[in-house]
Amino acid sequence: MAKYETVIGLEVHVELKTLTKIFCPSSTTFGGDPNTHVCPVCLGLPGVLPVMNKKVLEYAIRVGLALNCQIAAFSKFDRKNYYYPDLPKNYQISQYDLPIAEHGHLNVELDGVEKRVGITRVHMEEDAGKLVHQGTISTTPYTLVDYNRTGVPLVEIVSDPDLRSPEEARAYLEKLKAIIQYTGVSDCKMEEGSLRCDANISVRPAGSTTLGTKAEIKNMNSFKALQRALHYEVERQIEVLEEGGRVVQETRTWDEAKGVTLSMRSKEHAHDYRYLPDPDLVPMVIDRGWVEEIRSALPELPDQRKDRYVREYGLPEYDAAVITSSKEMADYFERCLSGYANAKSVSNWVMGDLTRLLNAGGMEITRCRIAPDQLAGMLRLLDSGTISGKIAKTVFEEMFETGKDPDSIVKEKGLVQISDQGAIEAAVDQALAANPKVVEDFRAGKEKALGFLVGQVMKVTRGKANPEMVNSIIREKLR
Amino acid sequence: MDLLYTPAHELQRGLAARQISAGELCRAVLARIDKLDEKLRAFITVTPELALSQAGEVDRRIAAGEELPPLAGIPVAVKDVICTRGVRTTCASRILHNFVPPYNATVMEKIMARGMVMVGKTNMDEFAMGSSNENSGYYPASNPWDTQRVPGGSSGGSAVAVAAGMAVLALGSDTGGSIRQPASFCGVVGLKPTYGAVSRYGLVAYASSLDQIGPIAGNVADCALLLSAIAGYDPLDSTSAPGERPDYTKSLNQEIRGLKVGVPREYMGEGIDPGVRGVIDGALKVLASLGAEIEEVSLPHSKYAIPAYYLIATAEASSNLARYDGVSYGYRVEDPGDVVDMYMKSRSRGFGAEVKRRIMLGTFALSAGYYDAYYLKALKVRTLIKQDFDRAFEKYDVLICPTTPSTAFRKGEKVDDPLQMYLSDITTISANLAGIPGISVPAGFSGGLPVGMQIMGRPFGEGDLLRVAHAFEQATGHHKRRPEL
Repeated sequence: MAKYETVIGLEVHVELKTLTKIFCPSSTTFGGDPNTHVCPVCLGLPGVLPVMNKKVLEYAIRVGLALNCQIAAFSKFDRKNYYYPDLPKNYQISQYDLPIAEHGHLNVELDGVEKRVGITRVHMEEDAGKLVHQGTISTTPYTLVDYNRTGVPLVEIVSDPDLRSPEEARAYLEKLKAIIQYTGVSDCKMEEGSLRCDANISVRPAGSTTLGTKAEIKNMNSFKALQRALHYEVERQIEVLEEGGRVVQETRTWDEAKGVTLSMRSKEHAHDYRYLPDPDLVPMVIDRGWVEEIRSALPELPDQRKDRYVREYGLPEYDAAVITSSKEMADYFERCLSGYANAKSVSNWVMGDLTRLLNAGGMEITRCRIAPDQLAGMLRLLDSGTISGKIAKTVFEEMFETGKDPDSIVKEKGLVQISDQGAIEAAVDQALAANPKVVEDFRAGKEKALGFLVGQVMKVTRGKANPEMVNSIIREKLR
Repeated sequence: MDLLYTPAHELQRGLAARQISAGELCRAVLARIDKLDEKLRAFITVTPELALSQAGEVDRRIAAGEELPPLAGIPVAVKDVICTRGVRTTCASRILHNFVPPYNATVMEKIMARGMVMVGKTNMDEFAMGSSNENSGYYPASNPWDTQRVPGGSSGGSAVAVAAGMAVLALGSDTGGSIRQPASFCGVVGLKPTYGAVSRYGLVAYASSLDQIGPIAGNVADCALLLSAIAGYDPLDSTSAPGERPDYTKSLNQEIRGLKVGVPREYMGEGIDPGVRGVIDGALKVLASLGAEIEEVSLPHSKYAIPAYYLIATAEASSNLARYDGVSYGYRVEDPGDVVDMYMKSRSRGFGAEVKRRIMLGTFALSAGYYDAYYLKALKVRTLIKQDFDRAFEKYDVLICPTTPSTAFRKGEKVDDPLQMYLSDITTISANLAGIPGISVPAGFSGGLPVGMQIMGRPFGEGDLLRVAHAFEQATGHHKRRPEL
C-alpha cells in the first residue's frame, strides 16, 4: 500500500459557443484581427452597462443538467474585483454564492472500474482578453492587449476533491469533455482554449482524512500535460514532506519544456476579490418549467449512448465506451452503420486501424478523408469476398491517404481477390512443386508448414488469392 | 420676443410660429455663456460649432415645413458625466481629461432625435461625488445669486447654467441629491426620477443602484417636457423599468384639492436652518390653501440613511471606478516602472482627494472580514428605509420637506470637513436609497438666497410631483425671480 494518498480537484473552464458574447452583441468567433470583435460594453468604456444573453443561461443549465446538478431557483451575478490589463473593467462579472448549478456528479471509468466523481458547482462568467507579449512576460519591453475574447461566455465547472491519481484526473477531464461536447454547447478544444483546466492537488498520509496543503497548478494545455504535470507535482510534494518540510499553498505553473511546475505567486494570503452582487444586472428567477424543457431537449449523453450501443448493437461494453468517448467518433460510427449493419466490424475498424492512422497523422476524426459511407463500402466488399481481410488493410490505408472510394481503389490497383477455383489450383500446384521439402514436413505432421505454403501461394498471386480457399485447396491436395 | 429666461414651452411656440429662429436662440445663449461663464464657470466644454450646426438643421427643417418634435431647437446643457459621442466627457476629472466617447448615452440619442441643441458639457463634482462643485478636478463653479457661494453639487454647473440663462434646460444626475440640492441652491427646478425610469446607459457610473439622470429647468412645465424627452425603457440598461412612460405634461394645471401631504418630522427638526424652515412652513400653508391636507409623518429609520448611503454608494463606486487605470483611455503616468506602478501612479495623480477617499471607504466596506458588518448591513438597512416610505405612501400621496437644511454655503466652508459635507445630504439621500422620485421647486428666499421645497412621491409617481409642484409654482411665482448678473 502506498505511503501517501493523492487528492485532486479540477477546475475546468468551458467557452460556450453562443453567437454573441455574454453581456453584449459582439461576435464570439475565434480568431479575427485584434480588437475587431469589440464594442463599448466589452471594452468597459465609461458609462456602459451589461445586458444578459439568455442563450448563455440556457447553455449553462444544459451543462448543469448533463452533470446531474440541481439547478438554482434563484441566481445572480457578482463582481469579482481584481486588477489585470486583460480585464477592462478591473472586475470580472462572475457568480459567487448563488451559482446556476450545484451538487452534481459524473461517472468515470478507469481500468474497468467505475467511479462517481462529485461536481461541486457550475457557474457562468465572462472571459478576459488576451495579452500578447514580445517574448516572455518577464522579458517583454511592451505588451499588447487584444479584447476580442473579453466577454466571451464561460462556464466554470468545479469538481469535488474526489480524484485520487493523475490518471483518474485525466479520465475525468476526458469524460467531462465528452459530456459537454454531446450537449452541443462547446467544441471543448484545449488547443483553441475553449476547454481550460486548472488543478488543485495535495497529498496526505495514506488513511488520513484531513486534507493536506494544496497547490494550484495552471498552464496545462493538453490531456497529456495534465497527467505529466500532476505526476510531477505529486512527487514534488511527497519529496517536500519526506524531507520534513511544509507544502506551501501557492499557484504553480506547468513548464512543458522543462517538465516541472514552478511557483508563480504565493496564495498564502488569498486574493480578496471583494465580491458584491452586480448592481447593473437583475437577479434571475429560473422557471422550473423552462428547466424541464431544457432537460427534455437534452441530446443523448455519452453514458446513455454507450448503453444504447450495448443494447441495440450488441457491442461489448469496452468497444461502446471507446466509440462514445468522443461525440465525433460516435457520430462517425453511426453514419457507417447506415451503410453496413455489422456493428462489431465497424467498431473494430474504427477503434483499430482508423484510430491508429489518425493518431499517426495527428489528426481528429473530423478531418479524416475516409467518409463513413466509404468505410461501409469497403466492409461490403470484404463481406462479398471481393477483397480479403489483408487486402482490405491496403485499401483502407489508400482510402485514408487519398479519400478515394474503395471500389475505385480496388479497380485501379487490381486488388480484386482471386476466388476462381482453377486459378488458385494452378497457383497451389506451382507453390507445391517449388517446395517439396515443406510438403514433406506438412505430411509429416508439421502444421506450421501449411502457413509457409499459403504464404508462397500468396506470393505467386501477389496476395490476391482468397486465403480460405488457398488453405482448403492445399489441404485437399496434400491429403 | 425676449429670449433670455423665456421658458422652453413658450420658445417652442415662437419657433413654430417662426417668430424666432433656432439659430438666433442658440446665438443668444452662446453670447450669454461668453459674457458670464468666465466668472461662473458652469461649463467644462462649450460646443458652439456643434450647437450652431444643430440649430441650423432645425431651422432648415422648419423652413421645409416639417412638424418638429417638442423641444426641437431648445438649447440644453449636459452634465459632463453623460457620454456624448465625439465630444470630450471628463466627469470633471483629470483622469478623463482627454476621453472622447465613441458612443452616445441613450438620453443623448433621445434628445438629439428631438432636435435639441447642445451648448456644452457642464461642470460638476468629480465623478459626481460632492455637494458643492468644489470637488471638480478643473475649477469650482459659482452660485449666480452670490458668487462667493457654492452652487451645490454634484450637478452644480447644470443648475448654474439654467439659473443664469446660459442654457434653457439642462441634464444632471442624482445619486444622493445631486440634482435636487443644486436646484435648491440656485433657485431652479430639478427632478430625480424613479430609479429605472430613465436609462443609465452612457451615464458614467458612480453608484449603480442609486444613480439617475434627470432634468433641470427654470420652471415646472419645462421640467415635465424634458423628463418626457428622456424617460423610457432602454434594452441597453438591464435596470431600466419596462413599460410605457406617461405623458408628464398631462400633470400640469391640475387641482390638488384633497391631496394628502405627509411632512416627515425627521426632516423638519434640528439641523434645519430656521430661515429655511420658515420658508417651507409658508409653502405648506400655500398648499393648504390650495386644498391639500397636510399632516406630520414619521420615517423612523431616517437617521441611518447617511451611513447606509456612504457605505453602499462608496462600495459600488470603488468597483465602478476600478476601470480608470491608464491602460486604454484617459490619463496614464509617463514612464511607469511596471504595470502596478502605472496603475498606482495614474490613479493617485488622476483622481482628486474626495474620489480617493470614497474609493478607499468603499473598498474597506467590501473587504474580507468587513463585508457583512458594513456593506451587507447597509443593504439591509436600505430595505428598512424603503419600507418606511412604503408605509408612508399607504396614507399620503406625496411627502414634503426642505430640499436642503440650509441655503447655499460659502465656498471653502465645508471643504475641510468631509463628514459635515456628507451631513448636508440628509433630506435628499433617502429618496435614492428607496428608489423613489423627488423634485425640488423654488419655495422662496432666506437672506436673499433661494430655498427649495422637496416633494417626494411613490415609485413612478412623477405625475404627482409635477402636479403639486406646478400648482404651487403657479400660485407663488418664485421661479420668476432672477439673480442679478
